[in-house]
Amino acid sequence: MMKFSLPGVHVPHRKHTASSVGERIPTPQTVTIPTAMHIGKPARLLVKVGDTVFVGTKIAEADGAVSSVIHASVSGTVTKIYDMLQSNGRTVPAAVITSDGNMTPDPSLAPRTVSSREELIAAIRESGVVGLGGAGFPTHVKFSVPEDAIEELVINGAECEPYITSDTVTMLTRADEMAYAISQLRTYYQIKRVVIGIEKNKPEAIASMQKMAASLEGVEVKVLPSLYPQGGEKVLVYHTVGKVIPMGKLPLDVGCVVVNVTTLAAIGRYLMTGMPLVEKCLTVDGGAVKKPQNVIAPIGTPLSEVFAFCEGFSSEPAKLLYGGPMMGVALSDMSAPVLKNTNAILALTAKEAKLPKTTACIRCGACTNHCPFGLNPAALERAYERRDAEALDSLCVTLCMECGCCSFNCPANRPLVQTHKLAKVFLRDAKSKEAKS
Amino acid sequence: MSQLHVSASPHIHSGNSTSGIMRDVLIALLPTTLAGVIIFGWRALLVLLVSVGSAVGFEALWQWLLKKDQTITDLSAAVTGLLLGLNLPANIPLWQVVIGNLFAIIVVKCLFGGLGCNLVNPAITGRVFMLVSFGSLVKNAFPVGVDATTSATPLGTLAAGGTVSYADLFLGNVGGAIGETCKLALLIGFVYLLVRRVITWHLPVVFIASSFVLTFLFNGFDLNAAALMTLSGGLFIGAIFMATDYVTSPATAWGKVVFAVGAALITVMVRLWGNYPEGVSYGILLMNILTPYIETWTRHKRFGEVKKA
Ligand code: SF4
Ligand code: SF4
Repeated sequence: MMKFSLPGVHVPHRKHTASSVGERIPTPQTVTIPTAMHIGKPARLLVKVGDTVFVGTKIAEADGAVSSVIHASVSGTVTKIYDMLQSNGRTVPAAVITSDGNMTPDPSLAPRTVSSREELIAAIRESGVVGLGGAGFPTHVKFSVPEDAIEELVINGAECEPYITSDTVTMLTRADEMAYAISQLRTYYQIKRVVIGIEKNKPEAIASMQKMAASLEGVEVKVLPSLYPQGGEKVLVYHTVGKVIPMGKLPLDVGCVVVNVTTLAAIGRYLMTGMPLVEKCLTVDGGAVKKPQNVIAPIGTPLSEVFAFCEGFSSEPAKLLYGGPMMGVALSDMSAPVLKNTNAILALTAKEAKLPKTTACIRCGACTNHCPFGLNPAALERAYERRDAEALDSLCVTLCMECGCCSFNCPANRPLVQTHKLAKVFLRDAKSKEAKS
Repeated sequence: MSQLHVSASPHIHSGNSTSGIMRDVLIALLPTTLAGVIIFGWRALLVLLVSVGSAVGFEALWQWLLKKDQTITDLSAAVTGLLLGLNLPANIPLWQVVIGNLFAIIVVKCLFGGLGCNLVNPAITGRVFMLVSFGSLVKNAFPVGVDATTSATPLGTLAAGGTVSYADLFLGNVGGAIGETCKLALLIGFVYLLVRRVITWHLPVVFIASSFVLTFLFNGFDLNAAALMTLSGGLFIGAIFMATDYVTSPATAWGKVVFAVGAALITVMVRLWGNYPEGVSYGILLMNILTPYIETWTRHKRFGEVKKA
């Protein structure tokens, strides 16, 4: 079925924390929970200053179809509501909860039994689960489809970014929750195949998942090459079930739904216990961190406290990242909170974060020869410099998944990914202008 | 807390660099350079030093005059100077070497906007410019220890119906440009470039192989003559070091194959039927000009591409 594998790059693994299964950090004094930790419309706050909340109390309601429910991650009192500037430049309301130190679960939480597909979708919605691999797309939206729409459920355990091992922790310690979620999904959808894709550099995770797969029918583990970016949705679908997602289409258009392993485990936990998504296991690493490890922290915990739990810094961090070094977002501020889709926080030293000087493109072709999608980043860059919307369109800039393979390999260190991001916005604006005139 | 640096992803880099690639090319040219100096003597070394020095000097001067950032540390000017020098005979007047580099660096490279913007390979074009301006560069070349009166280049000898030994051709004990004669040294350089992943095999292998096949087909199905012709002249240095210039050759594997076949065709036609004994430079130069078109024809298929009606 699969004729060849897509190109990619050999990134350093740096999975130092692979054997750390995640220690729970002490309850933070306060947590700051923004109403947008997902793609789509921010959630609508349901609480006001002075309200008492418990772990798992719903504090914000999904606003519209593509939005997500949000829960309190500590028990205590709402002490502040304010407009918070997020790392993507968006300002959204956020609630600050001061903890009472008890971590009392909401008394209303109970295992969630469902008896129909509609109930299952509603439950996933109520769990507050979004794409935890990093994208943050509300998961219930992916499953709001007819029962025969999903042929293959593709489970993303690739974890192809350097440093990050939090999905590995999920695969090692939460197989039961994953298995429960899979069986519930199979009850209400006519899923033919379930394929778990894992990069081959994680033998223990592979073994754990194979054990789980053996106990379920029609579940297979697909070992992927250690070639970044196996976790890219289109790359993963191609390498696991052999289907090509046409340009501009979604996995669902070829009968696939892709969910990350931790996302699946979070659905399982909610169904089994009623506890929604209130905490995250995240990898804390980077050369500047004194004690790199996986930790479990309530959503909304300030990053500074997470780093403090890891004994602080051994040297001055030069760069702070949400996520991995290939696609992660650089932060300017240690007080930013742990979000639903935070799977790692990295503090890089000046040496690790040093990028070579940008020089002239020498047309070496390294970018186009390593692009998983066969794009020509050098040509895209030239087209954007000319502000040539037509050329950008015919060079298919919108196909770019911003994986960073091109920039990573460019000997001239051209800012290709950044240019493609800008070019997409430029093309969208140009097209909407054209549509108006 | 000091400044946290904020920039777009990715936040790590492979460590590849332009100067690193150019350094590898210079290292790969080392065996050839040594062989050239051994075969042609100290005068060859002088030509190479003048060539590299003037190439780097002209680029430095240009950047300085235009008050631009100095670019000589990317080593690309040194590569151009060394390649041009290696393509010249050891007894060439030094002022001609300087003029050749002036043309290669200033006219072909800098005037078009510097590294990456030139349309044709500076070293090749410099050589062709010198051939046209100063006449018979190649004819006067002879290796040390060989009787000057009888030493024509192998291509000249072959054209005149003479014969040369394979061993002399392979080891470079024949007339010709400083860096083109010793095939052994060139192949060592080729292997180094492959191991370091600076280039892929496609272009050199297809260029040399199709030159052989085309010579065989067009030259009376004479295997021996075809083999001798293939080992003669500047084909190896051209195919391995000049045609593979990133800027002026296609990026994709299929593009490289098309380029190589085209360059071989022109090379063989010039060699067999042209007025010049050597056609490699013309082959590469013409394909340089066609490179943008070849790149368009041979681009990668995009993932999930749907044919537009
Ligand atoms: S990798 Fe960089 S230098 Fe090479 S062609 Fe692409 S943009 Fe140009
Ligand atoms: S062009 Fe886009 S998809 Fe291709 S390598 Fe670069 S970032 Fe990845």
